[in-house]
Amino acid sequence: MFDFSEEQIVRYSRHIILPEIGGKGQKKLLEGKVLLVGAGGLGSPSAYYLAAAGVGKIGIVDMDVVDLSNLQRQILHHTGDLGRAKTDSAKEKLNALNPDVELNTYNERVSSENIMELFRDYDIIVDGCDNFPTRYLINDACVLTGKVNVHGSIFRFEGQATVFQPGNGPCYRCLYPDPPPPGMVPSCQEAGVLGVLPGLIGTVQAVETLKLILGVGETLVGRLLLYDALSLRFREMKLRRDPDCPICGENPSIKELIDYEEFCNIQAARGH
Amino acid sequence: MSVQVRIPTPLQKLTQNQSQVAAEGSDIVSLFDELEKQFPGIKERIFDEAGSLRRFVNIYINDEDIRFLDGDKTALKDGDEVSIVPAIAGGI
Repeated sequence: MFDFSEEQIVRYSRHIILPEIGGKGQKKLLEGKVLLVGAGGLGSPSAYYLAAAGVGKIGIVDMDVVDLSNLQRQILHHTGDLGRAKTDSAKEKLNALNPDVELNTYNERVSSENIMELFRDYDIIVDGCDNFPTRYLINDACVLTGKVNVHGSIFRFEGQATVFQPGNGPCYRCLYPDPPPPGMVPSCQEAGVLGVLPGLIGTVQAVETLKLILGVGETLVGRLLLYDALSLRFREMKLRRDPDCPICGENPSIKELIDYEEFCNIQAARGH
Repeated sequence: MSVQVRIPTPLQKLTQNQSQVAAEGSDIVSLFDELEKQFPGIKERIFDEAGSLRRFVNIYINDEDIRFLDGDKTALKDGDEVSIVPAIAGGI
C-alpha cells in the first residue's frame, strides 16, 4: 500500500512496526530532503543515521579533505580515505549503507553566493559546520527561506543542540545577535574535542531531523540542550523569540546575507 | 543571596578550571562584581565597556534568559543556578 519493495519492508521493519512511524512515516522519511552542512564530527553520525533511516534525499556540503587528525571523531572517514574529499568519502560510505538514498555532494565552501542554490532542493538543514561565519549564514538563509535549521555545536567536552524553526520559535540571532569578534573566543588552535562528543550531539541532530520529517514528538524548538560530558549532565535552557532580533524580529535590519570574516584560517580549522 | 554559577569551558581558565563556583549577589550586576573580585578578568568577557551583555554570551537564571527577565537588574534568590552560555562554533 506504500509501494515499498520487499527489501524495504524488511530494511525498515523496525520503524514500520512503531505506531509513531508505521508505513506512513517511513514513506515520509523516504520523501525527506535534508542538507547536511559539514561532513565532519557532527555530520558523520547525523549522515549515517539519516541514511540508515531511509531519508530519501541527502545533500552534503564540505570543502575539506580527510586529514589524519579527523579520524578520532569523524567516523564517516577511514584511514584509507586520507587526502580524499570528505564529500567523496561520505558518499561512498552512505551509498554502501543504504542504496535507497539519493546522495548529492557539494565539494564547496558555503558562502552568500551559493547558499540559496545549495538550500533550494532541501527542506531541513543540519548545521554541523565549524565556524561562526557559516553558522550565521545558515541561520540567515534559513530565516529568509523558511527552512528548519537543526543546530549542533561542540567545544572540548561541551555540546549544544537546538532546532530553529522559522515562524515557530527563535532563530540563532535571537539567541546570539552577532558573532564574536576575532580574539573574543578561544582560537581554533586552542580547542581540542573529545572524539565521541560530536557523536552524541550529531545523533541528537539526527533524532530531531527524523522527528521533524515525521511530525512526531516534541522537538527542541525553543529549548537549548546543553551537554557536559565531564559531569555527564544534560541541562535545558528556555529560548525565546526576540522581538528585536536583527533578522526575524519585528523590524529586521538584516535583509540580505552577510559574509563575516573568517576567524581562523582553514588549516587551523581542520586541526580543530 | 548565595548562588551557584556554572562556568563554561572557555572561561574556566579564569576560575582555576572550576566549572561551578559559589558567589553572593542580590542581582546579576552585584553577582558579577563579586565574581570579578574572586576571578579578575571574568566580567569583561561577558560585559562590554558600556556594561552591556556581549551579544554572543547569554546568562540564564535557572532556565530563563535574563534578557527576557529584568536583564542585569534581575534579582537573585538563594539557591539559584546562574549559567553563562557563550556561542560555540565547533562542529568538525
